[in-house]
Amino acid sequence: MSKVLMKGNEAIGEAAIKAGCRYFFGYPITPQSELPEYLSRRLPQVGGVYLQAESEVAAINMVYGAASTGARVMTSSSSPGISLKQEGISYLAGSELPCVIVNIMRGGPGLGGIQPSQSDYFQATKGGGHGDYRLLVLAPASVQEIVDLVKEGFDLAEKYRIPVMILGDGILGQMMEPVDLGSETTLEAGEKPWAVTGKMGRTKNIINSLYLDPEKLEKHNRHLEKKYLEIKAKETRSELYQTSDAEIVVAAYGMIARVAKAAVDMAREEGIRAGVFRPITLWPYPEKELNQAAAQAKAVLTVEMSLGQMVEDVRLSLNGRLPVEFYGRVGGMVPTARAVYEEIKRLAKTYGEVK
Amino acid sequence: MGVVFERPKSLTQQKFHYCPGCHHGIIHRLVAEVLDELGLQDRTIAIASVGCSVFAYDYFDVDAIQAAHGRAPAVATGVKRSRPESIVFTYQGDGDLASIGAAEIIHAAARGENITVIFVNNAIYGMTGGQMAPTTLVGQETTTSPQGRNPKNAGYPIRMSEMLATLPGASYIARTSVHDPKHVRETKKAIKEAFQVQVEGKGFSLVEVLSACPTNWHMTPVESLEWIKNEMIAYYPLGKFKSAEEAK
Repeated sequence: MSKVLMKGNEAIGEAAIKAGCRYFFGYPITPQSELPEYLSRRLPQVGGVYLQAESEVAAINMVYGAASTGARVMTSSSSPGISLKQEGISYLAGSELPCVIVNIMRGGPGLGGIQPSQSDYFQATKGGGHGDYRLLVLAPASVQEIVDLVKEGFDLAEKYRIPVMILGDGILGQMMEPVDLGSETTLEAGEKPWAVTGKMGRTKNIINSLYLDPEKLEKHNRHLEKKYLEIKAKETRSELYQTSDAEIVVAAYGMIARVAKAAVDMAREEGIRAGVFRPITLWPYPEKELNQAAAQAKAVLTVEMSLGQMVEDVRLSLNGRLPVEFYGRVGGMVPTARAVYEEIKRLAKTYGEVK
Repeated sequence: MGVVFERPKSLTQQKFHYCPGCHHGIIHRLVAEVLDELGLQDRTIAIASVGCSVFAYDYFDVDAIQAAHGRAPAVATGVKRSRPESIVFTYQGDGDLASIGAAEIIHAAARGENITVIFVNNAIYGMTGGQMAPTTLVGQETTTSPQGRNPKNAGYPIRMSEMLATLPGASYIARTSVHDPKHVRETKKAIKEAFQVQVEGKGFSLVEVLSACPTNWHMTPVESLEWIKNEMIAYYPLGKFKSAEEAK
């Protein structure tokens, strides 16, 4: 299929439709409103349902209801709205319901701003809601990758019965790039024996996260843990750029990884052996891949649009093996390739063999 | 001789955990009888809420979902929109529906969601041990209004049925009581009408049932019945605020 030029937010919507998603519940918030707007036009054309909820709280609970029936369902928001959804996300995780939740991040805390940010990393990967749970978090770095990851996100959500988060930022949501939307997924019916559909002669199905008996709740928690360990073992994704001989590895995700690549190209021109490690899954974090990427490294530079959140996972993954430094811009300010290049140069001087 | 009385098929064999004199048991039974009589058991999805009736998913022998506190109408919306052929009902208490879930119930009604809501109003938070509810009467003593509900501090109890009936999206709204057999029969009739409204695709239906909580009211079951009759109905008049005939 030929490529079309699409805005990130709209590409998420079209990718969801191509992935067989027919239900969307949302609430307007900048900088992701083009996504609900797009789906409010498109979903009725394909026999689907778009519904604007009274709040993000209601929207995520509508997702909970639709997911309970086995439907492919999605919601989206931006940072303050995602905070409101946390209660529902915890219930989705506890009740093991598959769905896709999109967060097009903006600056915080509080009402913050409407410019791009990566300051919801902790909330996305460490569990913003209550209880011992994980989301599978996917971080696309281009409009094309949005399309690929939305589809994969639905598949992973259903494979593991887990809520999946697509974590992007305001740049990704707002920018346009050419994209190949691929073909439509055909969903097979009757593959969710746990769904509530009306009993129809079988034993009743219950969607629930309540276990008052502590022994039973522990068992449920252990069951979730087993699933999370399996996901950790099997589902990490990452991209390596120029890392095979890199002395300085820049760890960055999403749009900032593209800034990092430009900075690495500048460094390479100056003879500095630099590379980029880009995690595509933020949970599970690609620990092994980072260690492989940094096999020849003398130091790792983490670059984020935050005060330093993913850098904690970088440090945990490397476990003290290498010095890890951090460079970040916040509040909607975006690190420039030049600034990242200067940081790479500084690290190369401090830690590298080539002085 | 034929069977004249038996357990409704839409109830499981699970024993109710409710306190002596509590009316949840009666109301569960009425809902189950109606599902049986309308032949809806196989098509029905129940949404349990947070409160004493949280285990409703164990008691109704239908597919069921347990919802977060107050969110049952939003969950029901997600279910009904993805499965319009299913019969969907929520079972909610007054703390759940009229306080933390006020936004969800108002907007489900405003949208005219084709669902049925069973709203059990006992003027108190039962499960957490008898705290003041949005429906607690003025002067009523609870563990968080020990001198009696004082409107200067705590405001006034909300008449949800009257409020919801002002919304064009609401098709059927009735308030009933289960304090004596006559009213139990009237409650069943209202619940049946509410489900029929949904079966016919006529939109949002809700039955508010005044019911007793002797444990947290610190009354005997018999005193509780008198209190519903004399105090609750005085503030929460029984009747239909939107009828099936009006529903298009």
